[in-house]
This record gives sequence, C-alpha cells and structure tokens, in this order.
Amino acid sequence: MNWPLPIKLLTMVGVIAFLIVGCGSPSSITGTTSATAPKLIVGALHVGSIHDLGYNQAMHEGLLEMQKNIPGVQVLEEENVPESADAERVMENMIRKGAKLIFAQSFGYLEPALTVAKRHPDVIFEHAAGNKLAPNLGTFWSDTTAYEYLMGVIAGKSTKTNKLGWVIGYPVPNILTSINAFELGARSVNPKATTQEIVDNGWVDPAKEAEAVNALADNGIDVTTMIVDSPSTVVQTAAKRNIMSIGFHCLCVQKVAGNGWLTGIGFTWGPLFTQLAQEVMAGTWKSRNIVGSLQQGYSAIAPYGPGVSDATKQLVEQNKADLISGKLHIFKGPIMDNHGQVRIKSGDVGNVDTLLTNTDWLVDGAMGPTK
Amino acid sequence: MNVFLSIALFIQGLAAGAIRSGTSILYAALGEVIVERAGIVNLGLEGCMLMGAAFGFIATVQSGNAYVGLLAAAIAGGLFNLVLGFLVVTRRASQLASGLVLLFLATGLTALVGASYVGQRINGLDQFSIPLLVQIPWFGPVLFEGDVLTFGIVPCSLVVWWALYRTRWGLWLRTVGESRRVAYATGLNPRWVQYQALAIGGMLGGLGGAQLSLSYAHAWIENMTAGRGFIAVALVIFASWQPLRVILGALLFGGAIAFQLQLQARNAPVSPFLLNMIPYLLTLLVLLALGRKRRYQMPEGLKEVFEGTQTS
Repeated sequence: MNWPLPIKLLTMVGVIAFLIVGCGSPSSITGTTSATAPKLIVGALHVGSIHDLGYNQAMHEGLLEMQKNIPGVQVLEEENVPESADAERVMENMIRKGAKLIFAQSFGYLEPALTVAKRHPDVIFEHAAGNKLAPNLGTFWSDTTAYEYLMGVIAGKSTKTNKLGWVIGYPVPNILTSINAFELGARSVNPKATTQEIVDNGWVDPAKEAEAVNALADNGIDVTTMIVDSPSTVVQTAAKRNIMSIGFHCLCVQKVAGNGWLTGIGFTWGPLFTQLAQEVMAGTWKSRNIVGSLQQGYSAIAPYGPGVSDATKQLVEQNKADLISGKLHIFKGPIMDNHGQVRIKSGDVGNVDTLLTNTDWLVDGAMGPTK
Repeated sequence: MNVFLSIALFIQGLAAGAIRSGTSILYAALGEVIVERAGIVNLGLEGCMLMGAAFGFIATVQSGNAYVGLLAAAIAGGLFNLVLGFLVVTRRASQLASGLVLLFLATGLTALVGASYVGQRINGLDQFSIPLLVQIPWFGPVLFEGDVLTFGIVPCSLVVWWALYRTRWGLWLRTVGESRRVAYATGLNPRWVQYQALAIGGMLGGLGGAQLSLSYAHAWIENMTAGRGFIAVALVIFASWQPLRVILGALLFGGAIAFQLQLQARNAPVSPFLLNMIPYLLTLLVLLALGRKRRYQMPEGLKEVFEGTQTS
C-alpha cells in the first residue's frame, strides 16, 4: 500500500514518540507540597514500586514517617529508576527542583550517586547498603542477622515436620549469614530442625518464587521465609499450601499472609530518616557509615500470627534481651558447617561484619547451594 | 522413607509443578501456532503475555473478579497482536523487527500503567477439583485439581486442532500461511485472515500471561514473564506447528522449570546456576536436533520471514 509521504512521516514520528513515552521512563515523580516554601526538599530514588510490600515500600514508609515527624519537608520520590546512568539524570532533576538531601535507596545507585555528589558538594547524599563514603555521601543499612536468629527460634518452635525452607535470589555472603543465624536459632530450641535453601537466580520472578514454595511444600517443609525483593508471592503461596510463613523487608506484607503467618522482619527507617533530615537542616550532618542492629534499631519484629504461642513469644523476648546484653552470641564456637568442617573454633565468637562479607558456607543443619 | 516412595513423591511433585509452570507457556504457544500457521512470526509474544498479565491483574483489582480479569487479559493480548498486524500485514514491515520493538513497547507500557497496582491484593482464580477423580491415589490431585486455565489445557488444544484441520476457516488460514498469492487467487482476502489469526492468537497469549499474575503469583510486577514468551516461540518449532504436540512441549518445558526447583528442595548437590539453564539448554537441544527436519513442516509463508525468499 502506498501512502503519501507526509502520512508516513507522521506515523513514524508518532510511533517513535510513543516508544519514548512508553519505554523511556516507566516512572513518575510524586511529591507533596505545602502552601509555604518547604523547609527542606528530600529526593528519593527507588529501584522498584513503592507499593511492592517489600524493600521499596519499607523505604517509602520511612520517608512518610519522616515527613510526619518534620512538618514542612517536601519529598520527591521516583520509582523504577534503573541502576545506570539514568539514576544520574533523575538525581540531577531532583537537585534542579531544589533537593538538598537525596536518598539513593539501592546498592546499584552507588556510582551514579558518587558522580553527582562530586558535581554538587552542597547536596547531601545517603546511600543504602553501600561500602563507599564521600565528603557529602553517607551510607546506611540495618543488619538483620540477630533478628534472623529470633525468627529461627520462632520457626523451630512452630514447625511440626522439623523442616524449614528459604527462598532466595542468589547465595551471597550476607544472605548465607542470615540463613546460618536462622538455623542456629532454630537449633537452639529444636535440635531436629533443618533448613533447606532454594536459589531462584533472580530477585524478581514471582512465578518462580511460587514454584519454589510449592517444591518446598511438596517435600514436607512447613515454615518458609525468603529474601527476595517482594515477600508477597512467597507468603501468599505458603498460605495457599497451608504452610507457615515468615516475612522480610516490610512489616506491611502481613496483610496478604493469611493464618499461616508467624511473624517477620521489617525495616523501620522512619527514625533514622527523620534524624538525618534534621541534621541536614541544622547543618550538623557528617559523612559516616550507619548500621542498625538489634541494639540500635532500624528493624523490627512484625506482629505475631495466631499460631504463635505465648511461651514462644516469651522465649523470643528472653533471647532478644540476652542478645542485646551480650549474654548470648549467635556465632559462638564451636560452629561446624554442613560438611563437618569447624568454621568457628570452640571459645571463639564469629565477627558478624566479617561473616557478612565472607561467608561461603552453611551451618550444620542448613542445606543448599553456597555459590 | 523408602526409596520407591521417595521417587514416587518426587515424580508427583514434578508432574504437578510441570502443569503449574507449563500452563502459561502452553496458552502462549497455542496462540503462536495459529499466528504462524497464517504466515506470521510474532517475536513479541513475550510482550503479548505481559499485556495479558498486567491488564488481567488491573481488571481483577478493579472488578474484584478474576474472570473479568481473564477477559481483559484476552482483549489486551488480542489488541497487542492487532497492532503487530497493522505493522506487518497492512504496512508489510519486517516481522522480526516489529515483534521485538512491540515487545519493548509493551514492557514499558505495562510497567507504566501497572505501577500503581504493584503490591495490590487479589483473590486469584478459584481452585476447584473434580469430585471422585481427585481421590485417585497419586494422580488424582495432580490431574484433577486446578483452576479454569488448568482444566482448559486439553479442551483448548483440541479446539485449536479442530479449527485448524477440520474447518474451512482452518483450511483458509493454512492456505494463507503457505502462500498469500495462492490464497488471493482462490478468492480469499489474506489480510483479513491474518488479522483474524493474530487476534485469536493474541487472546490466547494474553491468557497465558494472565495465568502468571492471576493464578500463579497472585501479583503483578514489571516484566514478570521473565522470558517465558520466548520459550513459547521456540516451543512452536519443537511442536512442528501442531497444536496437540504443544501440550507435550509445554509440559516438558514446565517440567524443566519445576525439575530444578524440586531438585533444590531435595538438596541435590548441583549448582543452581546450572539447573537454571536447563529450560534453555533443552530449547537449544531441541532446535539443534530438529532444526533441519522441521524445515519441511514449516508453513511456506514463514520461509519468507526467516530466509528472505519471496513466495507471495
């Protein structure tokens, strides 16, 4: 069919424009403004949706709490920002709109944030889970290892088959450390408890996460937990299979979990974000690496489900108090891996920071790929 | 637990997993069979599934009814393919390039419109089982329990087979796929037939995507098809454009996905990265083994697409 040239050109321009709109930025800047000029404009980059019931929603809820605590703070959030040079563009855009504090909420934003931070020494950057500092770039994280020990205690007390399951994206050292802490917690109350890990080869593939839970349930596992971007599919599939679940990332996932919900770990960033914003406003902010923990906070145990007994709850409180006071150490030797090799000698206590970066083994009782 | 019981349990889990993982691929591949039989290759099938997954989920959230979601998914998939039709049938643009470009368009579009639906809760498709049959030991729960899409696998494949081989419409469609020129000479309107094939194929692709969001994961997330659309395209070649062989192929590929997770759940000492490659290695092997043979079963019209020879 031969169409006149102007129509052909128009069609081409139309298709290209549509493509750019469709693919270029699948995201939107959302912000709330007050009538008067804002006291501080805060920018935040999220790697996924702020309603994912997971990692990103936890960050988003922290920002909301900060806004509630300090009236007059304006927040610019952008979702689904790729971990590439695109992130630089988004940060520059936020700075043009007046942002003086920028939260780069995913590990992959580190290099773009360092580049932009160099160009804008007057803007403060806070990067999640990072390992590099700059004069105007600080990092923050919350170490959940101790919380995982407590989750293990609950799982070990709740299981009837003595088989616990984990669904993870990749077997990286910090996650293996979490699984180790979980299994050690479970073994502390139930010497028969074992933990089976399943690797999904991806942080976001809900259909595969569902099949992984099915495979675990088929093999008699009756408590499952996970570290993938959104815990939503794992807890829902567990409910479908009538097995128990423990959440991660966001306390909010409980609302989709059903009766099998035991509890979970959620980041509680509100107090930290509030403190950082106040420091920036007062001019007292200093570049540093902040790591939360059982002692220092920034994470919390989710409300318990109906199946957790009062005795178990008390046991958790007791363990928590002992961990905080230093009476109880998670990685207290002797600790053997699942090949029978001694990893932490009798009398030694494993350094959690070292374990988080170096672990390539699973404790006795935990099974699954380690690399 | 003795060895036989253990093996039987493994096979039972594998079979159930193969059906669950294979259903989405099956519907998409059935749709692609119809489209390819009409002489069009839709490399954007993945995008068609994404449209179904996203719009099916959105409609389910809005209406509270997963069956409304299924309808919306079919319509979204059908519309996606009609856009492809405009490019490749009306405008005679390159099929391979158009399909891929539309895939990227659908990826962006579904991420955009689906963003506010991420994390929403739905009830998903109802699960039901066939009384009595479900009580058959071992096989009952595997074969006679599921949702409307699971139970639709065999009837849908049979209907597609019947339509292609036992109706006048199917004869027309296959004629167009073999040679547009011959079809035109016999008084058919090849464009009209190809649009019909694309619409129906797209609806099936949309249903395949909806299986992921409505039945399996109960969630929508950007790019959740994760390559299943491409597996479905390869599956059509594996099935040599025969609808009934698609069932076998889909179970095989679904089984490959389920197999690696079942192995992991039983603590098999194999690298998960290696296991993760199984479905793709299988695709590769099948293509290698059947490549030349399948060429003679390929609709003539497709050779134009793949080899650049003019037949119409």
